[in-house]
Amino acid sequence: MRKVAIVGVGMSKFGEDWGRGFRDLIIDAGRRALEDSNLQGAEIDAMYCGTMAPGPLIGQEHAGALLVDWMGLNPIPSTRVEAACASGGVALRQGFLAIASGFHDCVVVGGVEKMTDVPGPDVVSALGGAGDQEWELFPGATFPAIYALMARRHMKDYGTTREQMASVSVKNHKNAAHNKYAQFQKEITLETVLNSKMVASPLTVFDCSPVTDGAAALVLMPLEKAKKHCEQPIEILASTQASDTLALHNRKSLTELNATKVASKKAFEVAGIKPKDIDVAEVHDCFSIAEILAIEDIGFFKKGEGGKATEDGLTQIGSQIPINTSGGLKGCGHPVGATGIKQAVEISWQLRGQANGRQVKDAQIGLTHNVGGSGATCVTHILKKA
Amino acid sequence: MSNIAITWRRIPERYGLVGSECGTCKEKFFPMRKLCPTCRRKGKMEKLQFCGQGEIFSFSEVNSAPGGLENTTPYILAIIKLKEGPMLTAQVVEACEADTKIGDKVEMIFRNIRRDDPEGLLHYGYKFRKIA
Repeated sequence: MRKVAIVGVGMSKFGEDWGRGFRDLIIDAGRRALEDSNLQGAEIDAMYCGTMAPGPLIGQEHAGALLVDWMGLNPIPSTRVEAACASGGVALRQGFLAIASGFHDCVVVGGVEKMTDVPGPDVVSALGGAGDQEWELFPGATFPAIYALMARRHMKDYGTTREQMASVSVKNHKNAAHNKYAQFQKEITLETVLNSKMVASPLTVFDCSPVTDGAAALVLMPLEKAKKHCEQPIEILASTQASDTLALHNRKSLTELNATKVASKKAFEVAGIKPKDIDVAEVHDCFSIAEILAIEDIGFFKKGEGGKATEDGLTQIGSQIPINTSGGLKGCGHPVGATGIKQAVEISWQLRGQANGRQVKDAQIGLTHNVGGSGATCVTHILKKA
Repeated sequence: MSNIAITWRRIPERYGLVGSECGTCKEKFFPMRKLCPTCRRKGKMEKLQFCGQGEIFSFSEVNSAPGGLENTTPYILAIIKLKEGPMLTAQVVEACEADTKIGDKVEMIFRNIRRDDPEGLLHYGYKFRKIA
């Protein structure tokens, strides 16, 4: 198996982007990644693109072929990857496997979602497809409600408070304020989170990530070739994935994501490192409680202590383990298919020392954690300065 | 969710709370599973009638509803732990945030769940209500 490296990264400015459509977004991110990689395009021999719901959102399927065409890369093989909000992370893993196996030599992996072309309730219904339609969505669940069920149980079992959850959103907005690609480049207060509209108790609208248009892209190569080609290749030390039941109620526990635990444990084994060796991490904070679950299940903090750790500032830049320096899904935005790729873009910038205004000092190893639905898919990547 | 066959083939589970039990490992499932995830080929799935009683394992008061349920907010959505062990997601009727707690005892009732549109199919199934 060959070692794999990231040689180019790029993303579109995330936000409510009425001026641009599905294909415009991936062209923007793809062009930036190609420029960053200093490649012309002819070297690329495959493309994988994560996108969750172009069907329900814009009536478009067959996205693999559409996107490779508009990227100007025909006739290379192009595959659309779908794993709900983990579509991007799984697409990255497909690109990794293609190069590690020796089957392809230069791969573009992208992620894109165009979410604001349809009214809010239609977005809610489209995202509902990430859960179990027949046994969760039919009786009245929404995604905020599913994460609210986890939050309520975490509060009961571990004494986690609404203030601790709110401190996740406050910290992520603070980081996003220093990211020119973020949807919300603005700080918020704890009171704003606590006093805003309750979407599904105990989660308010500021505990929830937003609806976003955006795309992100990476260029991958074998590590040996990457070292000759560019000055700062980022090695992918581990790329792991795990699955769980689609429906939350079918799991043994509501307060941990077993897929996160399995994928992360495996990633640390493959990379030969421990959670304490990670300098910076992008984790899946689709809701504030999700970041608390993630930092516990990955192993940065003991189960039940993630809320307090966040409230105590241990996940801020400059502290024990900086989490979601990009602003996370909450502050940077969550174009679902793009998120897993954006996480790797942010970690690459951090490891290269290019995260202006939010740089983690001397970051050497970073981690990305991307979740589909309420935890039925989890993808973890460990990246290192080569 | 508008095709009548989708509702028709789920009638035993949605109307009658019928699930399954693996004769090999004795694990119980709701909804029905055709394959035991533990025993796989050695499993022997049989139908199981749940008694309909259980308790609230977690809950949320939902204020932003999905399409089809806009006129019913707020409602209590809960994960119910059935007496026999398995859990499911359902609404709890005649309840609100202030008077609901984890651990509250509940029983199944048969109710209208949603209507696709004013002229559309009415879907029925289980909800739960608190018992003393």
